[in-house]
Amino acid sequence: MDSMTIIAVASIAIAGLTTGFGCMGPAFAEGRAVATALSSLAQQPDASATITRTLFVGLAMIESTAIYCFVISMILIFANPFWNHAIANLAGK
Amino acid sequence: MRLSADAWVFWQQGFAKLNATIAFTWVLMAVLVFGAWLITRRFTSEHRRSRWQNLVEIVVTGILQQIEQVGLREPRKYLGFLGTLFLFVAAANLFTIVPGYEPPTGSLSTTLALALCTFVAVPFYGLRDRGLRGYLKSYIEPTVLMLPFNIISEISRTLAMAVRLFGNMMSGAMIVAILLTITPFIFPIVMTALGLLTGMVQAYIFSILGAVYLAAATHSDTAQPAPTPGRDSAS
Repeated sequence: MDSMTIIAVASIAIAGLTTGFGCMGPAFAEGRAVATALSSLAQQPDASATITRTLFVGLAMIESTAIYCFVISMILIFANPFWNHAIANLAGK
Repeated sequence: MRLSADAWVFWQQGFAKLNATIAFTWVLMAVLVFGAWLITRRFTSEHRRSRWQNLVEIVVTGILQQIEQVGLREPRKYLGFLGTLFLFVAAANLFTIVPGYEPPTGSLSTTLALALCTFVAVPFYGLRDRGLRGYLKSYIEPTVLMLPFNIISEISRTLAMAVRLFGNMMSGAMIVAILLTITPFIFPIVMTALGLLTGMVQAYIFSILGAVYLAAATHSDTAQPAPTPGRDSAS
């Protein structure tokens, strides 16, 4: 395998792994957050406005970790710096 | 497939470049400003008012309420900044129903610019409300040991805000583009509808986070505990 193939294989495999594992943690966390918010909504319906607002902000915070992983896999696939470097090297030869 | 609207260039001459992000931002600004001018020039305080005036009043009072609930005591002072953030991001995300439009918030340059506005606004309002000593004291709030962490959190939360909005909008466009190649008819529409919801939620989150950071910076006394979720969390 030449260096291009290695870079391509590594980038694609790691992109999939990044999104896969990166979505797992936030999924668990969001599930727990929503479950807790629902039970507190059932206990205190009066505080629904505060609970919902805090829940949304918290969910966005949690979700952003998954989004970071997604952005990294998108960079690996569509704007890979190592790939561009290898292509520039190849063109220079 | 483009990663963002930045790669879609209309016109280029040397260093100056007019890409889709800038063009659509200008269109949005024109629509917002012209629409606001069109509506507000016929404002009345009588009982019979136009439905557009009702709409604007609902939006403005809603934003004011939300700002006040976060813990900022004089919401009118922050209405200009936070309301603009919300309206711009919401309009940018809602315009995705227009065919051929690419949301400028799907480009990291736009979202980073918006986040930098918040980054500048926090010390601005903090200095105005608490003075130099009071504001600088907020950096060493629990102990002096926390100073580097407070500074890091200030920078990283700005970056997090930018990447969050960018990632959400970019992933929405990307998923629609991928689905178009797999299942052309029904699912892209469903995902676009979901993207509208995500866009509104992200606009809300973006402005609420800005309000939370402002509230954390401008609180002169800790007598009134404000609901500030994730005040110094990094992401």
